[in-house]
Amino acid sequence: METHVHDVLVIGGGGAGLRAAIAIAETDPALRVALVSKVYPMRSHTVSAEGGAAAVIKPDDTLEAHAYDTISGGEWLCDQDAVEALVREAPEELLRLEHWGCPWSREPDGQVAVRAFGGMKIRRTWFAADKTGFHLLHTLFQTSLKYRGVARYDEWFVTRLLVDEGRCQGVVALELATGEVHALLARAVVLATGGGGRVFPFTTNANIKTGDGMTLAYRAGVPLKDMEFVQYHPTGLPFTGILITEAARSEGGWLLNKDGYRYLQDYDLGRPEPVPVLRAMELGPRDRLSQAFVKEMEKGRTIETPHGHVVHLDLRHLGARVIEAKLPLVRELCLQYQHLDPVRELIPVRPVVHYMMGGVHTDLTGATPLPGLYAAGETACVSINGANRLGSNSLTEILVFGARAGRAAAAYAARAPAPDGPVRAQALDEERRILSQVLGNRSGGERVATVRAAMQRALEEGAGIYRDESGLRRAAETIQELKARVGRVTLDDRSHTFNTEVVALLELENMLDVAEAIVHSALWRRESRGAHQRTDWPARDDAHFLAHSLAYRSAHGPPRVDPLPVTITRWPPGERVYGR
Amino acid sequence: MPETLVLEVRRYRPEEEAEPTWQRYQVPFRREWMVLDALNHIKDHLDGSLSFRWSCRMGVCGSCGMMVNGDPVLTCATYLETLLPGPVRVEPLRGFPVIRDLVGALTDFLVKLRRVQPWIVRETESPPAQGEYRQTPDELAAYRSYAQCINCMLCYSACPIYELEPGFLGPAVIALAQRYNLDSRDQGREARMEVLSEHDGIWACTLVGECSTVCPKHVDPAGAIQRYKLEAAAAWAKALLRPGSGP
Amino acid sequence: MNPAYRRHHPKWHRARMPIFWWLRKWSYFRFIARELTSLFVAYAAVLLLVELRAVGAGPEALARFTAWLRSPPVVALHVVVLLALLFHTLTWLHLAPRAMVVRLGSRRVPDVAVLMGHYGGWLAASGLVAWVLLR
Repeated sequence: METHVHDVLVIGGGGAGLRAAIAIAETDPALRVALVSKVYPMRSHTVSAEGGAAAVIKPDDTLEAHAYDTISGGEWLCDQDAVEALVREAPEELLRLEHWGCPWSREPDGQVAVRAFGGMKIRRTWFAADKTGFHLLHTLFQTSLKYRGVARYDEWFVTRLLVDEGRCQGVVALELATGEVHALLARAVVLATGGGGRVFPFTTNANIKTGDGMTLAYRAGVPLKDMEFVQYHPTGLPFTGILITEAARSEGGWLLNKDGYRYLQDYDLGRPEPVPVLRAMELGPRDRLSQAFVKEMEKGRTIETPHGHVVHLDLRHLGARVIEAKLPLVRELCLQYQHLDPVRELIPVRPVVHYMMGGVHTDLTGATPLPGLYAAGETACVSINGANRLGSNSLTEILVFGARAGRAAAAYAARAPAPDGPVRAQALDEERRILSQVLGNRSGGERVATVRAAMQRALEEGAGIYRDESGLRRAAETIQELKARVGRVTLDDRSHTFNTEVVALLELENMLDVAEAIVHSALWRRESRGAHQRTDWPARDDAHFLAHSLAYRSAHGPPRVDPLPVTITRWPPGERVYGR
Repeated sequence: MPETLVLEVRRYRPEEEAEPTWQRYQVPFRREWMVLDALNHIKDHLDGSLSFRWSCRMGVCGSCGMMVNGDPVLTCATYLETLLPGPVRVEPLRGFPVIRDLVGALTDFLVKLRRVQPWIVRETESPPAQGEYRQTPDELAAYRSYAQCINCMLCYSACPIYELEPGFLGPAVIALAQRYNLDSRDQGREARMEVLSEHDGIWACTLVGECSTVCPKHVDPAGAIQRYKLEAAAAWAKALLRPGSGP
Repeated sequence: MNPAYRRHHPKWHRARMPIFWWLRKWSYFRFIARELTSLFVAYAAVLLLVELRAVGAGPEALARFTAWLRSPPVVALHVVVLLALLFHTLTWLHLAPRAMVVRLGSRRVPDVAVLMGHYGGWLAASGLVAWVLLR
């Protein structure tokens, strides 16, 4: 078995991973860094992000205001010291990206422009037209090419962390092009593999978002935090689930029910005005907007289509010029995927799963409880986003915490001893497992796609926007059955060369662990807060649940879920008010 | 509207055969399906051994480029309906070595990309905390289209020169070099000129123009290359007339 | 099973480019035709040199040359040459907007304007030459 030795490994080549790799290379050019990704970095899901990245830059804005919007948006489940770090470091990170070439949209005088975004009282979202994630990712990727010290293992799929003597010492990875299993040893590992939206059937997420990094940590005994908080983005296209950015609403778009009525005014989000009012109506937070959709549907006021119920996003009053200048991708997507022109027609939209607030438990520096293991980006839960993420905080988070995790991992690696002998034996075990159990003789006749679809259905029905005890229990049982069924999946493809079916199987196994963590964390949290809404516990309960959930994997049976208190510094929990 | 459609897919399984073969699949026809949906149907329900890349399914990640009926397209953005009655031929992107089935090797592009230094090159850096480098909307417009490249490689597949002369830098690499050359914040023009002016750089291009025709993001790499030819020629003439006037 | 396969070392398949690659697509054929018309441009240049030499060699030489020019097969050939030259010229003119980005203040001059400018220049130059020759 081939063994490759580095000082720091970064798993995942999206915004957080690339930023971490660059941070390590800049912190300590002597460190041997390697970026390991199951896809080429420019394919990472950061590329699909549209709306923007938030940072305080304009004179009318303050760090306190950004922090407060974030904390109230997260319904006080955010760790306030982490939020303070985020808002403080955000401007410099976004300026650094600008220096690296990111084509931020500008004011006429050449300064960076900002726009309004959901849940924020002041305009502070930097944007690059409506393809901010695309430009951010390509800027980071191209800039990373400058650092000769960063090695890359493109299209290598990490299957397991190597842990010995209580610290993480590397990974085992499958090289897709050849089917060879390798050991990559290092003194520190940073997980930046994104979220796991593909456990749900309707999602803005790409095919690759299968929670791989979360599962790697989970199986190594690291807890997953706040997994019950899954964000539904209010405006995804029906059938494909493709994202229509929140920026469409911040530029002035309206959400209409089947009677052409701006229904959000019925849900304590303010009064409809002709121009967008921050923190009101269509610029309310995502969880409240998605919940309003469900209520409208229950009242029979949504539009039924062959692909489910929708409401309409109306951009017609913005005019062609604004749409072309500020929302060109939205127009392109509508024309291509819905055969309609938003300049003249209404866009059908519905809530779709978009983001996981939860993830691998880390502290402010990106360190997990396992020494030598770090995490950043959607994979991690610091927690910045609490019970609900505000739009445009994620792209900022991946930069700030990608850099923090990178620096912390670099500092650790500089002091840590070299990886030891026992991990090589572990790696050989993993190779044997993959060759014999995964690729080897399997029986049972199940197909990956069938088991996957059943998992997605179970999550949508039991752990959707509104949940209750019986629905969650049913989902938990289904997941248990599916974990047995996945062992009976037989593969059509038993070859070694670029076997994408075995990758799909490994991803499915990962997703089942993520699904289990979501459902059991949701069962534990007997309250409603942010994106986690329980019809059987409809009120917020700060007395018992002003705490994160920590889900620890059990060898047999459901995960153990423990509470972890939230760090409150300056903003005591209050009422979440929008529209007034 | 028919109920089904036939896909003829190019297979290559190096462990089983020395040469690629064709395989026919019959898939359901749906008006809202792209070619990618048909391929996923095959993989999920008919033949799990079909290997291909895909990710975002919304035309921004650049993973799913393949030859469909002889043209390089993004399969996530090509409706089956436009290909009726079929059969639809699906092959891996031309011009790249095939690893397996519809998966090509992209290492050549990445090697060449690095050579043109696709990052902001500056003589003097100012710390980010001091504020942004000012750039007006017009200055941004100067390089905007070249910054839209999703690295899908359709342009390389469309370019006969790249197939005939594999050393050619290629449309996307040159367009990306131009993206930085034309960025008002960049000062790396000189640094990139040597690589771009090589025989296998811009001068290998004979303006077939197919790269710009197939580009799904309207980057216009052909335009980028021709514009740079004027610049490179002028620089060469200047150097000739005033030797020693270079950096 | 492929006996040539060595585990974890798959052979990448490199397709050979067919000799008639340029017949694969209409746009490729047009491109090759465009390039080949440069041969006709070379022919026209050589023809001009031959004509100049005939002029310099005296009236009989010029008369022989003119008679040759008038013979039906040569006329037919030169119709083909003219069409090829026109094709060459038009395709090259239409490439001009590709190579030139002209900015007037902050706006970019649209491609069609650049193209029309080139047409205008071509027609003006041709008109001048025609006037000089035919007056």
